[in-house]
Amino acid sequence: MNFDPRFSGRKFASVGTRPVRPDGVDKVTGRARYGADFNMAGQLVGRVLRSPHAHAIIKKIDTSKAEKLSGVKAVITAKDLPDLTDGDAGMYDVLDNCMARTKALYDGHAVAAVAAVDARTARQALKLIEVDYEVLPHVTDVDEAMQHHAPLINEATFTEGLEEKPVKPSNVTKRSQFGHGDVHQGFGHADHIIERSFKTEQTHQGYIEPHACVASVNLDGTAELWVCTQGHFVYRQHCAQLLGLEASKLRVTSSEIGGGFGGKTHVWAEPVALALSRKAGRPVKLVMTRDEVFRASGPTSATSIDVKIGARKDGTITAAEATLRYTSGPYAGTWAEIGAMTAFACYKLDNVKTVGYEVLVNRPKTAAYRAPSAPMAAFAVESAIDELAKEIGIDPVEFRIKNAAQEGTRSSYGPVYGPIGIGPTLEAAKNHPHMKAPLKANQGRGMACGFWFNFGGQTCVDLNIGMDGSVSLAVGTVDVGGSRASLSLVAAEELGIDYSQLKAIVADTSSLGYNDMTDGSRGTFSSSMATISAARNAIKILRDRAAQMWDVPVDDVIWEKGHAIAKGEKYGNLSPLSLKEIAAQSGKTGGPIAGHSELVADGAGVSFATHICDIEVDPQTGATRVIRYTVVQDAGKAVHPTYVEGQYQGGAAQGIGWALNEEYIYGKDGRLQNPGFLDYRIPVCSDLPMIDTQILEIPNPNHPYGVRGVGETSIVPPLAAIANAVSNAAGVRMTHIPMSPPRILAAIEAERKG
Amino acid sequence: MRYIRPLSIEDAVGELAKAVGPAAILAGGSDLLVRMKGGFVEPELIVDIKRIGGFSDITETADGFRIGAAVPCAVLGEHAALKKAWPGVVEAAKLIGSKQVQGRCTITGNLCNASPAADSVPALVAAGAKAVVAGPSGKRTIAVETVPTGPGRTSLAKGEIIEAILLDKRPAHAGDAYLRFIPRTEMDIAVVSAGINLTLDDKGIIKTARVALGAAAPTVLLVEEAAEALIGRTLDDGTLERLAKICSGACRPIDDKRGTIEFRRKVAGVLAQRVAATAYKRAGGK
Repeated sequence: MNFDPRFSGRKFASVGTRPVRPDGVDKVTGRARYGADFNMAGQLVGRVLRSPHAHAIIKKIDTSKAEKLSGVKAVITAKDLPDLTDGDAGMYDVLDNCMARTKALYDGHAVAAVAAVDARTARQALKLIEVDYEVLPHVTDVDEAMQHHAPLINEATFTEGLEEKPVKPSNVTKRSQFGHGDVHQGFGHADHIIERSFKTEQTHQGYIEPHACVASVNLDGTAELWVCTQGHFVYRQHCAQLLGLEASKLRVTSSEIGGGFGGKTHVWAEPVALALSRKAGRPVKLVMTRDEVFRASGPTSATSIDVKIGARKDGTITAAEATLRYTSGPYAGTWAEIGAMTAFACYKLDNVKTVGYEVLVNRPKTAAYRAPSAPMAAFAVESAIDELAKEIGIDPVEFRIKNAAQEGTRSSYGPVYGPIGIGPTLEAAKNHPHMKAPLKANQGRGMACGFWFNFGGQTCVDLNIGMDGSVSLAVGTVDVGGSRASLSLVAAEELGIDYSQLKAIVADTSSLGYNDMTDGSRGTFSSSMATISAARNAIKILRDRAAQMWDVPVDDVIWEKGHAIAKGEKYGNLSPLSLKEIAAQSGKTGGPIAGHSELVADGAGVSFATHICDIEVDPQTGATRVIRYTVVQDAGKAVHPTYVEGQYQGGAAQGIGWALNEEYIYGKDGRLQNPGFLDYRIPVCSDLPMIDTQILEIPNPNHPYGVRGVGETSIVPPLAAIANAVSNAAGVRMTHIPMSPPRILAAIEAERKG
Repeated sequence: MRYIRPLSIEDAVGELAKAVGPAAILAGGSDLLVRMKGGFVEPELIVDIKRIGGFSDITETADGFRIGAAVPCAVLGEHAALKKAWPGVVEAAKLIGSKQVQGRCTITGNLCNASPAADSVPALVAAGAKAVVAGPSGKRTIAVETVPTGPGRTSLAKGEIIEAILLDKRPAHAGDAYLRFIPRTEMDIAVVSAGINLTLDDKGIIKTARVALGAAAPTVLLVEEAAEALIGRTLDDGTLERLAKICSGACRPIDDKRGTIEFRRKVAGVLAQRVAATAYKRAGGK
């Protein structure tokens, strides 16, 4: 199939409008079915026993008493999930994370699970499982874990990426490096140099819906899984591999999703639920509690970052360097590597070097969180940029504009940029009325930029035209941010019909070809590309059917505004045939009309944003209040502007929480002290001002409508923008995130005392 | 688990007194149900006190106000006379949890939950509130500050129920106030808090004072030295400074997930100053 993905600069009828989302009524009336809303006959309740220790050898697990308890139908340990990963180290880590094999590696690590007739019995059964632990010394802090005397989390870890192969194991799994030019020489040309160290604490995505699934394994080797996920096709692959099932015999249906933000891209409970169902011979529902979500599902990395930037008096950056250390939990990751790639991506630099270290700690396995790794790197870099601008005596916006990357710039992580939006977002920010609004006492303004790659990937869409002319669109990317509405708009645009004629659904894994998951801001970018392609394939058939109905050559039939039109003066008496009219005759002209598309969506356009915020600091208590917040971001093309704005606001809101109060707090015993929303403080409504948004549209040349992903970039600038605002308001540079009141007050007091 | 809803205090006390396993009293349930759901408590008997006569009423008496043990905090905010007399107590009660929780939770429950960070307790202690306790051996009236004895522990004996909280009638030139520090704007637990109750003479000199601090020690602190620093003075800068110093010094806080020792000490003093200013203004001081 010849599909041309290049940007065509067409005029839009549907795209860019703001209709109500197809899933909206169900969601506001409570009818929408989320992970825990699905039930099967004979279903059991699954519960997981978790390690109370941060680091311990599991010497013995005795499940005999639990098995004897009336109402218990299955008890499993790692023995019931044998290693079928066949040397795939990444999958082995997933398996070990789902159910600890020889060592518990963090507070909350699963060690056993039960399926029972009700929740009470399941809870009682957990208490009857006896685990004999040998507690080991643990480490949770990123810098401490890198010390040579730190407890080793995995004795087989030898740092990759070093010039000389290390002879001793360590907690650093990998070193990575990016950049070009000669930073040493670059710093030699600088008139001003800022060198600072920063720390950020670990945060959780904080999705409102906990992980939930219902698993049913049948005796014939088939199985079903109903689950809240960002990618049911990927969950199918992973679960099939871990359980030894054939992928096509495991049917996975994704529920509505109450937030994922990257945290629902990894399996945790699902292989356990399947293993319980297989052993019990009955369906098993497994719903994680909030405590379990915090202790045992994916938080982002805690980090420690050093930044050095030098510039000439005229404001030209001559060199930039950063060392980034990211925790990955107890298993290897590539989080620092991503941070090292994104750190200086906003700027045009002749000399740049970034080095990333992946660090093992006794915390839950790090998972993606909205533009994973980029917000922390941006916090460090944009803080230093702000301070450097101040030292040179140049306006921070002008300083960034002067050094911003452009089309043709070689990025700090390698590729050369095409048309990009960093310059335009900075110009828009500079001209925004927010920048000139007056500030009161104890208030400070901050701004910062952010970058994210955006991804494409494997995508498959079916578009089916009913005999009544209505259209169903089956997509395989889970709708986390309104994509069913956006994709319906795209299909309506191509077919030339009204949005109300369409209904989009997320199809299960047995009804559609493989799709990568909704991550990397790919959902609307890639599925809209496949939808356009599927619609165009359907139009070919519609034209063909119209040609049959008229008995004219198909090449004389064109498609315009939802109608087949016979082109040429000789057809002057043929009135156009609507999609509905053609569909009504489909049974006589060759059967059902459908369009399909399978593709790899390449060319996701990189995305940039600039944020501005005003913060008030109470100098006596360190309390902060966000007074005003503005997001300027390039969308390429906003398919449904309301949901694009929602993504901008959501990223900013999560960034505000991260910047000011959210953090994993571990006790000396290595146990998480705040596994709940009371003491893990995400912002409540009254903590946030109305977040203003400005959508810029710099078309992505690799998408027919110019679409870029929009979901992630919005969380990249907030940590830095808020840190710059707080620093300006409090009169002291804040280098540790979150900037909780105790940290701000301590910094103010230290400054006062000199 | 057995759930009962007695109609008389005698029945409630009787059932609690003879309970063999763990028993719990249910008013609003905003602490109990959360603890049950979290698996921290599994009571065998739950005694719902909402249907006991008088438990859901606020009564104005010759001596002041009688607030039944099952009166939700939101209802306190709708009682004009109570709000006028004791604005500090009412504002503290209306800070607990969320709007929805305030429709269920009670100040008696807040007191009996015995958290040092309870919002309404410093305000009640500053107000000199009393608790009417019914039990197997009859009734007694005690100062509210004698109810909590440590985090999660009270002085109530087996079978005892607090049936009401009593607040005095207000003289002229009286005012109280409460403030807490939380990192968010609402739906949070006090990191540190202060409640102050003042009466003034005609010239604005402080005649009586009670100063209470929350989340600063294992139980709410009644800081008598702080009251002494206020009595006989107006609220000038020197007095405020001394008040802050005494309150900061009186704290015996801990480092925990909600704040540091240094932070709590410093902010206890800051809050005391701000609360004193509000209470003084409410009492008619200038």
